[in-house]
Amino acid sequence: MARMTMIEAVRSAMDVSMERDETVVVFGEDVGYFGGVFRCTQGLQAKYGKTRCFDTPISESGIVGAAIGMAAYGLKPCVEIQFADYMYPAYDQITQEAARIRYRSAGDFTCPMVIRMPTGGGIFGGQTHSQSPEALFTHVCGLKVVVPSNPYDAKGLLISAIEDPDPVIFLEPKRLYNGPFDGHHERPVTPWSKHELGDVPDGHFTIPIGKAEIRRPGEAVTVIAYGTMVHVALAAVEETGIDAEVIDLRSLLPLDLDTIAQSVRKTGRCVVVHEATLTSGYGAEVAALIQEHCFYSLESPVLRVTGWDTPYPHAQEWDYFPGPARVGRALQDVMEG
Amino acid sequence: MTDGPDLSPPRLSLHVPEPAVRPGGQPDFSNVKIPNAGSVPRPAVDVSPEDIRDLAFSIIRVLNRDGEAVGPWAGLLTDAELLEGLRNMLKLRAFDARMLMAQRQGKTSFYMQHLGEEAVSCAFRKALEKGDMNFPTYRQAGLLIADGYPMVEMMNQIFSNEADPLHGRQLPVMYSSREHGFFTISGNLSTQYVQAVGWAMASAIRNDSRIAAAWIGDGSTAESDFHSALVFASTYKAPVILNIVNNQWAISTFQGIARGGAGTFAARGLGFGIPSLRVDGNDYLAVHAVAKWAAERARRNLGPTLIEYVTYRVGAHSTSDDPSAYRPKTESEAWPLGDPVLRLKKHLILRGVWSEERHVQAEAEILDEVLEAQREAESHGTLHSGGKPSVRDIFEGVYADMPPHVRRQRQKAGY
Ligand SMILES: Cc1ncc(C[n+]2csc(CCOP(=O)(O)OP(=O)(O)O)c2C)c(N)n1
Ligand SMILES: [Mg+2]
Repeated sequence: MARMTMIEAVRSAMDVSMERDETVVVFGEDVGYFGGVFRCTQGLQAKYGKTRCFDTPISESGIVGAAIGMAAYGLKPCVEIQFADYMYPAYDQITQEAARIRYRSAGDFTCPMVIRMPTGGGIFGGQTHSQSPEALFTHVCGLKVVVPSNPYDAKGLLISAIEDPDPVIFLEPKRLYNGPFDGHHERPVTPWSKHELGDVPDGHFTIPIGKAEIRRPGEAVTVIAYGTMVHVALAAVEETGIDAEVIDLRSLLPLDLDTIAQSVRKTGRCVVVHEATLTSGYGAEVAALIQEHCFYSLESPVLRVTGWDTPYPHAQEWDYFPGPARVGRALQDVMEG
Repeated sequence: MTDGPDLSPPRLSLHVPEPAVRPGGQPDFSNVKIPNAGSVPRPAVDVSPEDIRDLAFSIIRVLNRDGEAVGPWAGLLTDAELLEGLRNMLKLRAFDARMLMAQRQGKTSFYMQHLGEEAVSCAFRKALEKGDMNFPTYRQAGLLIADGYPMVEMMNQIFSNEADPLHGRQLPVMYSSREHGFFTISGNLSTQYVQAVGWAMASAIRNDSRIAAAWIGDGSTAESDFHSALVFASTYKAPVILNIVNNQWAISTFQGIARGGAGTFAARGLGFGIPSLRVDGNDYLAVHAVAKWAAERARRNLGPTLIEYVTYRVGAHSTSDDPSAYRPKTESEAWPLGDPVLRLKKHLILRGVWSEERHVQAEAEILDEVLEAQREAESHGTLHSGGKPSVRDIFEGVYADMPPHVRRQRQKAGY
């Protein structure tokens, strides 16, 4: 076991995978010599050489398109998009190509690859360094979508993603890289070294994709979150004193419906939280599933707490970000509802 | 025969380009071939692109080592215009220095500077007319400075304060000013290159006389939108100037990664049949002369021109970057094209219209001007203190008319 930040955990997952399997290759913008703008690939080029970890031209469609070709050859690319906000030039390659290669070739060709990208706000990054585009991926058939909320999960899930036979979108909430940020931006964040989920095995281990985790058991209401919002939800629960059960989805697709349904049948109330915009967001899918599967247990409407339906503003970041106060208000509303 | 030819196929290996030196190494620009100032011919603007292919592999230069303006590209600017150019570059440099400091003091979240590249945007602006439109990147604030856009407005944007013309919505330095021919900057690289071509096509569709300028960095030329822009510009002979600022670096990635085997970035234009020129980006006179040539071509309906400005990013990529991790600390000192401000200053002194004393005095005056603008901007607030844009501004302007669901959310936010 070692104490790791989420950056170190992500790096360790790639390191372990590259060590065990020489078909694993890592590339992206500024990823090689420098080790990535968030330093997630630092040291990998020095250790594995520049044909296994390298810098690419600034072309996201090129990065993903080339990765698809490599995957078709038999390599396992794990590529980085510098910010999720820059994935759009690659969207065609991801959604029309990577996602469908197995299906359209009846398994003749497959596309085992991972596309990592930092997501979410909280760093005053404005509209092009803050986005959470997960719903744009969960809406596509053929992709898996994973969002870790801590170093331990990040490593175990990333190794699973690299070993997965299908393309996996691996979203890294950048505001969690250095600590479990709970939305209280005016306070310093506790480093991962002081958090139990910063304890990460050095070697190989996996966490299955598709399994949620209950972060806090409770009886009164179910809070469903992922990524940064897990920590925001935990803070809101503590501050309101409501006995909520907080579920960290970890994987949005496939989704662990059993864990969700079991919890909502028990509590009868549910709040879904994400940082992405509301309309047609992932919360809509979760809410729809809950009414399908738990309708007769519900005692109040399922509520959603999300970013507003606007681009992510720069200066008004903390009025945009769905912090603990907004989540707490929804918890109170759902208890009264 | 026992030792016949070896018929097994050769083993392949992947080529990954590397810069000449890394941190700890001795800076080395011996691979940058620099022709003498004045040695590259100035063709007629209606020249056929095939006849000037070599201009994509040379470097057009006007100012020589002694500070003289020489050759066929010299002689376009008056002393008064050159003095104004020097002032604009000094202003941009002083502005950058103050804003970097303001970022370190927490008055803004982020900043991007131009150090070493001031001539490119300052001189280019002077080759355009009022009404023309630039589609800039984040490293062309000289377009605004040289057009007289108020520094205080730029600072209001950088500080995201109550007077920010963009209402706090945009990352610092992502300015917008239709009036000053400066299209709103996107954070997503290269998207605007092809938009500039579209703007130019529109001008042609409407039989207008205005032209457009597209801007991109060396690294960003790898994006698909760059290539879309070239094919549209080529097909429709759009009245657009396609600018590539090759400052040698794209964050930590040296220009060889985006350039690949092409030799130069200007050479990208040749396959599209676009006249393509390379120019000394640290030479105010050369930048202006080449831009003027391209602008005339565009305005005479002769079509697009591609220009590569050869320059060097002396500073960090942004305030989030530390270049000592990927290039030698002294690399900028070894850069063979020198400093654009010092080169123009030397020229003006040689011409007898400037002096060391007047330069020092001008620097002091300009600093005062920048400080005065900063005082005024700060009176409207900085990122974390004083006047701020309203929370209402989050919800306004997503659409011309606010739809009901956004209005509901605004009310929920308490505004
Ligand atoms: C589509 C997209 N991909 C990646 C980025 C992140 N990024 C911002 S600036 C930059 C480097 C650009 O280098 P270059 O084009 O040479 O311009 P310079 O910064 O040198 O002026 C990168 C990779 C981005 N903003 N947009
Ligand atoms: Mg560059």
